[in-house]
Amino acid sequence: MSAQPSSATPPSTLERVRTERRRRRVRRTVTVLVLVVLIAAGFYASLAIGHRVYSAGEIWRVVRGQQVPGASFTVGTLRLPRAVLAVLVGCCFGLGGVTFQTMLRNPLASPDIIGISAGASAAAVVAIVLLGLSGPAVSVIAILAGLAVALAIYLLSYRKGVAGTRLILVGIGVAAMLDSVTSYVLSRAAQWDLQEAMRWLTGSLNGAAWGDVRPVLVALLVGGPLLLAASRDLTVSQLGDDSAAALGVRVQRLRLVVVIAAVGLVAFATAATGPIAFVAFLAGPIAARIVGPGASLLVPSALVGALLVVVSDLVGQWAIGTRFPVGVVTGVLGAPYLIYLVVRTQRSGGSL
Amino acid sequence: MTASSTLAPLRRGRRTRLLWLLGCLALLAALALASVALGSRQVGLEDILSPLRGMPEGFDQAAVAKRMPRTVLALVGGAGLGISGCIMQGVTRNPLADPGILGVNTGATLAVVIAMAVLGLGNGSGDARTMVWVAIAGAGATAVGVYVIGSLGQGGATPLKLALAGAATSAALGSLVTAVVLPRGDIAESARSWQIGGVGGATWATLHQIWPFLLVGLVLALVTARGLDSLALGDEVAAGLGEHVLATRLLAALGAVLLCGAVTAACGPIGFVGLVVPHACRLLVGVGHRPLMVFSGVVGACLLLASDVLGRLIARPEELDVGIVTALLGAPFFIAIVRRQKVKAL
Repeated sequence: MSAQPSSATPPSTLERVRTERRRRRVRRTVTVLVLVVLIAAGFYASLAIGHRVYSAGEIWRVVRGQQVPGASFTVGTLRLPRAVLAVLVGCCFGLGGVTFQTMLRNPLASPDIIGISAGASAAAVVAIVLLGLSGPAVSVIAILAGLAVALAIYLLSYRKGVAGTRLILVGIGVAAMLDSVTSYVLSRAAQWDLQEAMRWLTGSLNGAAWGDVRPVLVALLVGGPLLLAASRDLTVSQLGDDSAAALGVRVQRLRLVVVIAAVGLVAFATAATGPIAFVAFLAGPIAARIVGPGASLLVPSALVGALLVVVSDLVGQWAIGTRFPVGVVTGVLGAPYLIYLVVRTQRSGGSL
Repeated sequence: MTASSTLAPLRRGRRTRLLWLLGCLALLAALALASVALGSRQVGLEDILSPLRGMPEGFDQAAVAKRMPRTVLALVGGAGLGISGCIMQGVTRNPLADPGILGVNTGATLAVVIAMAVLGLGNGSGDARTMVWVAIAGAGATAVGVYVIGSLGQGGATPLKLALAGAATSAALGSLVTAVVLPRGDIAESARSWQIGGVGGATWATLHQIWPFLLVGLVLALVTARGLDSLALGDEVAAGLGEHVLATRLLAALGAVLLCGAVTAACGPIGFVGLVVPHACRLLVGVGHRPLMVFSGVVGACLLLASDVLGRLIARPEELDVGIVTALLGAPFFIAIVRRQKVKAL
């Protein structure tokens, strides 16, 4: 974006802009690297820590596919898919969340606040409990429901244009309805244990297997590049629809592509782990704080999301006496932040 | 001459209002009858009347005896929520105010769940009254908290800010409720009934525990109704008219919290009744708070009774909790109000 009028700019300003840009680029790269290192550390910890702690050598051999007595089952079958799924869904929620927040220019407009996760979750619960489905069919129904909810919210809040705040409030109403559907279906399946119900209410990684990982990986491999390709246009579209169109962005097409990709990511992740509370909502704003203004937030947000899920799962499993599902931890962490954000946005009226 | 001609429409207004009230009361009576008669087992009129005269005999009478307190609780609870919503909308001058949306119900739930988990309340029958106090304390604290959060920043407590602050607080408290309940398998069953509102488990004892709170709340509501009319003109004008703005606001809010806290203590969180009912009533009787409260009470009772009966009929032979039915019925209404509002960017 070259917002500086070149003819009127004194050289000193140009110099300042240049150094500032370079500083930002360095800061962004450093942040991304640090996040990757932290995720790797968390990933390693969630493979190593448990009732029995395994050494780095044992883990490495399991990951390379060798048979290690004991560790092959514990690490290879139980912990590895769980850790991989944690990273993947974290990326999905982070990407989907920040995309919505950027596109709607409001940090509160994340899929878990405006009911898209709730829709995917309700659909998944209905598909599993009432229709007796499993596997990919559940994911497909979840993404269809997610898209339908997104469309419904958009249409319901459309009134001579879509105001971001109206969309959020409509979304909150829709989420309330869908949550009551989820609670109802779960209450009918009364024989389920509470842990399984919690998965669909707040999200949980318990019982993660390679079968859960595959669809999420595919979604991330398809949706991620789509969003990254659109990231430049997405940043420009923050200036408002008219300005973006004037700068050469096809706003309608961008919106369509981006919404489908983001909803797809969120819905697939939700079908695998349930709507892990507040990850989509938190990742973007946290990334914005640590990266600083001006840069695209997609990659940092995905990494922050992954880090949130991995660390919260570790905390939920081992830090407290009882084992909490990851969604409860992120919920308790995220809720105060949500309130803080409501207060702060009111003060400054700012975006992310 | 001119005075009489301007008064005439007012008088006519009073007469139509009375007719509407009679109509609503008739509807209420019909719904109450239906609530006793309908369910997984239908009963006839003579079976309904016989237990009133003596001891229940046979299945039908037993079903009626079971449904009586439930019907009364739905009636009282609906009235309480309706009036409480009416006050909240008046005090905050906010068309989206509602005990559910402002998170007050969730606050009451959290307080109760903590009391169950930490203090071990809820097992003995003597604890029930304490539980009502706990619920009301939780509701009050949350109401204050949400109002403070919503009114920070420029422009004071606008409808949108309050609704957002309420939704945020509700989400926050909801995950805390989960975190408290989850490790405690022993209270999970009773805690579940606190997470979805319902009137199914009502007994006469439940009603006995909450009626003093409801009565005090109702009195406070009626006393402050005039003051709320002045407040609707804006704080300065109200003060100019001789209103104690702060006192009125506090008393009215206390009444609202007592009402919705007591109802939540008995039924669990029931959303959207307090939102929908005052709006519907305003269409019938206008904006004056005293008739509005009366109507909100009656129509709220009608709505909750109707939702309960509906929940029993749809999912026969099981039941749909009334909190789920009101959410399904009320959320579209919430969306309609949001659509009508002129929104400012937050």
